[in-house]
Amino acid sequence: MAKLDLNRRPMPKQDPKERIKNFNEVALGYTPELAIAEAKRCLECKRPLCVKGCPVEIDIPGFIKLVAAGRFLDAVRLIKKKNTLPAICGRVCPQEVQCEKTCILNKKGAPIAIGRLERFVADYEAEVGKVTIPKIEKKTGKKVAVVGSGPAGLTVASDLIQLGHDVTIFEALHKPGGVLVYGIPEFRLPKRIVDREVDYIKKLGVRVVLNFVVGMTMTVDEILKEYDAVFIGSGAGLPWFMSIPGETLNGVYSANEYLTRTNLMKAYLFPEYDTPIKIGRRVAVIGGGNVAMDAARTALRLGADEVIVIYRRSRAEMPARVEEVENAEEEGVKFQFLTNPVRYISDDHNQLVAVECLRMRLGEPDASGRRRPIPIEGSEFVIPIDVCVVAIGNSPNPLIPKTTPGLETGKWGNIIIDEATGKTKKERVWAGGDVVTGAATVILAMGAGRIAARSIDEFLRTGKW
Amino acid sequence: MYEILKSERLVPNIHLLKIESEFIPKKARPGQFVILQADERGERIPLTLADWDEEGITVIFLTIGTSTRKLAALKEGDSLYTLVGPLGRPTEISSHREVLGIGGCYGIGAIYPALKAFQEAGSSVRTIIEARSANLFYWTDRLSRVSGEILYVTRDGSKGFTGHIDQFLKDYLKENHPDLVYVVGCTFLLYLVAEATRPFGIKTIVSLNPIMIDGTGMCGVCRVIVGGKTKFACVDGPEFDGHEVDWNVLFARKHSYFDEELRSLSFFECERYG
Repeated sequence: MAKLDLNRRPMPKQDPKERIKNFNEVALGYTPELAIAEAKRCLECKRPLCVKGCPVEIDIPGFIKLVAAGRFLDAVRLIKKKNTLPAICGRVCPQEVQCEKTCILNKKGAPIAIGRLERFVADYEAEVGKVTIPKIEKKTGKKVAVVGSGPAGLTVASDLIQLGHDVTIFEALHKPGGVLVYGIPEFRLPKRIVDREVDYIKKLGVRVVLNFVVGMTMTVDEILKEYDAVFIGSGAGLPWFMSIPGETLNGVYSANEYLTRTNLMKAYLFPEYDTPIKIGRRVAVIGGGNVAMDAARTALRLGADEVIVIYRRSRAEMPARVEEVENAEEEGVKFQFLTNPVRYISDDHNQLVAVECLRMRLGEPDASGRRRPIPIEGSEFVIPIDVCVVAIGNSPNPLIPKTTPGLETGKWGNIIIDEATGKTKKERVWAGGDVVTGAATVILAMGAGRIAARSIDEFLRTGKW
Repeated sequence: MYEILKSERLVPNIHLLKIESEFIPKKARPGQFVILQADERGERIPLTLADWDEEGITVIFLTIGTSTRKLAALKEGDSLYTLVGPLGRPTEISSHREVLGIGGCYGIGAIYPALKAFQEAGSSVRTIIEARSANLFYWTDRLSRVSGEILYVTRDGSKGFTGHIDQFLKDYLKENHPDLVYVVGCTFLLYLVAEATRPFGIKTIVSLNPIMIDGTGMCGVCRVIVGGKTKFACVDGPEFDGHEVDWNVLFARKHSYFDEELRSLSFFECERYG
C-alpha cells in the first residue's frame, strides 16, 4: 500500500494586495502536475464515502483515478454524465460540507481536493477545445418549458434534452445564468465560464428565450397550452430588509442590487458601461453568509477604503464558507461580530452617513440550531459609513406563485413540492432550487433539477402524473 | 429581435419609439411599463407603455441622459438590445363619474392607454396637459378622442392657463368635481397634483418612475414609502395613491446618481462626438 500522503495540494491564488485592485478570478486553478499529484493521494476506497456526500452522485473515485493517470478529458466526460456544470461546481460548491467532508482522508484533516480537481478537468477540456456533445436520444416530440436559467433550470434542460425531449428555457434577464451571472462575482466565478456552460447546453439543442418574465410576459397556464410540462426554477429573488428606520436612504443597498449592478450590469467598468454604483469610502455589509462575503469583497474591489461586515452572531455561527471568510480577511475585510444594526442615520440630503448598532450576546440555540443573539441593553454605538449592503437573505419571487392558480406555497412564498419527484400541487408543473428551498447552494439546486428531470421524463413517457 | 419600427422626435427633447415585440402587445394593459436597454453596455431603464398594436409597442421619453440619448439615436431598422415586459400592475380601470387625466412631459403620451380604458369603461374623461410652452404639446388629436375636453396649462402662457398645474387646479377643483385624478409625468408634476388635490379629498393615482434595474422585484432599488410602508414600485406599483406617497424619499432616491449621470453623459458625448 502506498504511503499515506497528507499533503493536500494548495491551489495557487492571486496575491491579496494585487487582487483587491481587480475583478479577476482569485483562485488560479491547478496545473496538470498539481492535479495529478493531488489525485494520486486518493485511497480508492472500495465503498467510497465521497460519492454519498455529492448531491448529484458524481463518480468521484472514478474521475480522480483518470486524473491520476493524466486522462483529463476522460475524467471530465465521466463527471458530465452526472453534472453538466463541472467548471461552475468545482468553483462554488461547498465541498467541505459535502464530498470532501465525507472523504476518508478528512479524518486526518487532509481530504482530497475534489472541487479543485473537478474545476481543473473542466477548464482543461475547455482550453484544449475538446468539448464533445454526448449522444442525444431519439426525439420524443414532447416539449418542456423551463422557467429560469440558473443552476436548477440548466440542469433540468440539459438532462431532458439528452433524453430526447425539446426544451425551451425562459429567462427574465438579458443574460442567461440566473444567480451565476447576477449574483456570484466575477472574481469567484468568471462570467465567461457561465457563458461556456450555457453555450454547451445550447449546443445540445436547448432553446434559450431571454427577456421573458414568466408570470408577466406569459403565465404558466398559457405556457402549459403549448408545452407538455413546465419546470419552475425561478430562484429566490426577493431581497429581505430588516424593517429598521432609514432603509430607503441613498447608499443603502440590498445585496441583490449591489451585486446585480456590479456583476450583471458591470458597474465596475463605469463609465464604459452605463450603470453606476456608489463607491463607498466606508462600506458596511450586514449578514454573515456567502452573499455578504461576496458583497464585502466587491466593495473592496470597487475602491472602498474600509469594509466592515456586521454580523449579529459570532464567527462560529457564520453560514459563509470558511474559505470565503478567509479570503475576505486576507483582503482586509473587517468583522464586527455580535453586532446588529438598529437604524441608519442620514445627512440633510437623504444620504446615509452612519449606522447605529447594538452589541449582542448569544443565548440558547434557536430553531436553526444556532445560538440565538440577544441584544445587550444600552450598548448602542455608531459606525460612520456611506454605503451599506443588506445581505440577510432572500425569499422566492412571488410573481409566479401569484399568477399561477393551483400552486401551493409555504410561509416564505416558497413553492411546495413532493421532494421525491419535484412535483408541485399543480398537474404538469414541477419546481426546484431556491424557489422551493429559499436561498441555498448551486449544487442543491442542481440536485433538485436532476430529481425533477427524472420525474418529468417519466411523465412524458408514460403520461401518468 | 426588438427592431425599431418607428423613431420620431415628437417635440424638442421628447422622443417616440415603436418597437417590434411578439409577446408584449398580447399582454399589455394600461399603466404597465417595459424595461429597455439600448445596447449591451446600456442601463436597464423603465418606460411606461404609451400604446401597442399587433406589430409592437410604443414608448415616449424625455431625452435627458445617456440611456435616453442612446435610445433616441436609434433609427428605424436598428434593434434594441433588451426589451422586456409588460411589467408592473395595470391601472385599476372602472367606471367613474368623471376622471380627470393629467399629463406632462412623456406623460402626455403615456397617459393615453389608461384614459382610453377609463372612457371605454363608461367614465367621462377630461384631460389637462401641461408644458413649459405650447410647442411642447403633442398627441392632442389622440387625447381628444378619449377625452370630452382638453385643457392646457403652460408656464409662459402660450396656450391655455398661464402658470403651474397646482395654481390651475386650486381654482379648477372649486368648480369641478372629478371623482378620480390620474397623473402621468415627471415626479415634480405628480407631487404638485397630489398636493393640489389633497385638500379636496379627491382620489389621485400617480404613476411613479423611480430607478429600476430588473423590474421584477429582485433588486429593490425602486423602493418607495407609501402609507408608511416600503413598497417596490416595479411589482407593487408603479401606480399608487398620490396622497400616501412619501415624496421626499422619492425625490432623494431619484437623484441618487446625479453625479454619476453627469459623468456618464460627458463620457458618452466624448466617445460619440469627440
